[in-house]
Amino acid sequence: MPVITYREALHQALVEEMRRDERVFVMGEDVGLFEGAYKVTAGLMREFGNKRVKDTPISEQAIIGSGVGAAMLGLRPVVEIMTLNFIMVAMDQIVNSAPKAHYMSGGQVKVPLVVRTPEGAGHQLGAEHSHCLDAWFAHLPGLKVVAPSMPADAKGLLKTAIRDDNPVLFLENLALYTTRGEVPEGEHLVPFGKADVKRQGEDLTIIGLSRMTLMALEAAKRLEEQGISAEVVDIRSLRPLDVDTIINSVKKTNRAIVVEEGWRSFGFGAEVAARIYEEAFDYLDAPVVRIASAEVPMPYSKPLEQAALPSVDRVVEAAKKLAA
Amino acid sequence: METRAKTTREIKAALRRYSKDELLRLHNEMLLIRRFEEKAAEMYVRAKIGGYLHLNIGEEAVVAGAFSALEPADYVFSYYREHGHALARGADPKRVMAELLGKATGLCRGRGGSMHLFDTEHRLYGGWGIVGQSLPQAVGAGIYIDYTGGKEVCLCIFGEGATDIGAFGESLNLASLWNLPVIFLCVNNQYAMGTRFDQASAQEAIWRKSVAFDMYGERVDGMDVLAVRQAMEGAIRRARVERKPSLLEAVAYRYVGHSMADPGLYRTSQEVDAWKQRDPITNFRQILKEAGMIDDRQIKAAEEEVAGIVAGAVEFAESSPYPSPEDLPLDIYAP
Ligand SMILES: Cc1ncc(C[n+]2csc(CCOP(=O)(O)OP(=O)(O)O)c2C)c(N)n1
Repeated sequence: MPVITYREALHQALVEEMRRDERVFVMGEDVGLFEGAYKVTAGLMREFGNKRVKDTPISEQAIIGSGVGAAMLGLRPVVEIMTLNFIMVAMDQIVNSAPKAHYMSGGQVKVPLVVRTPEGAGHQLGAEHSHCLDAWFAHLPGLKVVAPSMPADAKGLLKTAIRDDNPVLFLENLALYTTRGEVPEGEHLVPFGKADVKRQGEDLTIIGLSRMTLMALEAAKRLEEQGISAEVVDIRSLRPLDVDTIINSVKKTNRAIVVEEGWRSFGFGAEVAARIYEEAFDYLDAPVVRIASAEVPMPYSKPLEQAALPSVDRVVEAAKKLAA
Repeated sequence: METRAKTTREIKAALRRYSKDELLRLHNEMLLIRRFEEKAAEMYVRAKIGGYLHLNIGEEAVVAGAFSALEPADYVFSYYREHGHALARGADPKRVMAELLGKATGLCRGRGGSMHLFDTEHRLYGGWGIVGQSLPQAVGAGIYIDYTGGKEVCLCIFGEGATDIGAFGESLNLASLWNLPVIFLCVNNQYAMGTRFDQASAQEAIWRKSVAFDMYGERVDGMDVLAVRQAMEGAIRRARVERKPSLLEAVAYRYVGHSMADPGLYRTSQEVDAWKQRDPITNFRQILKEAGMIDDRQIKAAEEEVAGIVAGAVEFAESSPYPSPEDLPLDIYAP
């Protein structure tokens, strides 16, 4: 199987879906001529022309809102928001338009829209440009939210997203674009609502998503050297959430750590922990541990930023304590 | 704010442009909206309708004039003050009323309510409750038409308050930049809740906001159904043939409160009465009468017909079942 980057995997998915279905088009700031702020859409304009690859003004409401409108009428827009940090000015369309049209219309309209955007911190981008807000969006019924950690999932989930008849927030991660992995060529679909056990283990379960899955895997490797066998569950899809895979793993290991890049309060870890308590309380040997970013606006200075973020060290420390 | 009333000569010229049938259709359409809305208000007072209820009373000429110019294949994106829009688009009054009552037989099976009417069969895509929300969506409809090379146009209708929100600028800019067949029709009913337009907008001539986007703009007397119709025909031709958007400002007046909860303390009864003197239905009737196209007997017949439709809608809605709570999770996601 070819080894390619996360970025190339996303690019492959876009190209394949655009070739497969004329209704699929790409729209966003600097996605065409500039080839994308993170180059995911590189070369698309050359192949598909400016009808199917649209450079927009800096108008996030219009980008997502017109995506909703075009999707309701039958196109399949894949819009890019340069980074998640800019989606806030378009919240109305993401919260009120996309996920509610189908329901409020009594099922008359569908919104097959994909909003692609990278989130994540760790690049000294400061407080405004380092957000991880997946939990905000996963809160919304009517929206689907996925966040792949690896190139193969990136490709498979993006293809699934484009074929889904519902609005999908597709969360990429700034730190992952250059990561590499094996990716099947051609048709490769990863279903929504299916977590993936990325590593089998016996002593405890580490649950992560997006970049945190890689951190969990790195921690699991180190833990193995210290005689602790960690299972790593990659959520992949926040909504719909695959509770079964989480519960089955916890029933096996009896201990769980949730790692998230966002803030802890009211976050992804809180939700996963609650599900575990609801459905596997009697199997737990210890309370669920949550590892998250410090609850501060992300600082610029490197040591401060590193101190704020989850790290492999923190996961390893927590796991050792939990397994003891 | 005044828009100049037509001279007799101009009225005659305007009448000549339409068949008698078409003119009577406009009259009846306005009448249906008026009577339907009066009934909706009554149903609200009787607690049959919940939530917010925004009425089109005073805006009938804008609605009938604009919507009658559309083809069935054209798209409409609207806001929460849209019962009349649904009716003018051809939605079944029974199903509109049933939706207001939250019944399973409503247009949206009780999931939308007064503010969220959808009728895709008649190409009405909401019914959106956030000010300015549907403008970007209408641009998306423009993109769809452009993409598929269709001949449809999209009507995006909203209040003047929506021209002060960010989405307005983004949407008009994109529609103009990409030459999309979208007609932005602003119903300037003069008040956004209690705020008069000139207290909110530095540019009092709303239509002139089009200038910033190099878009055609025009103000029209929104109490004059034929004036609206004619302006709309121009905008439709510009969209369908020239592939260019327009901003139309139709100056009308909301006779009733913003919603049913609004007693209207921010304006005088003299002001309201002065606008009622220009009532779009009464005045149009007078014009038709003077032109010998309608008489008292026909007016009575039209009133009776409309009353029958409205009564039928109420009867249908009241006798319809509520949706079952078991259906609560249906339609969250498309299969
Ligand atoms: C973004 C937003 N802010 C505030 C409101 C509350 N609100 C509902 S209608 C309205 C006035 C809108 O006036 P206008 O656009 O002129 O339309 P009209 O109601 O007069 O038809 C306001 C402030 C809202 N729905 N959305």
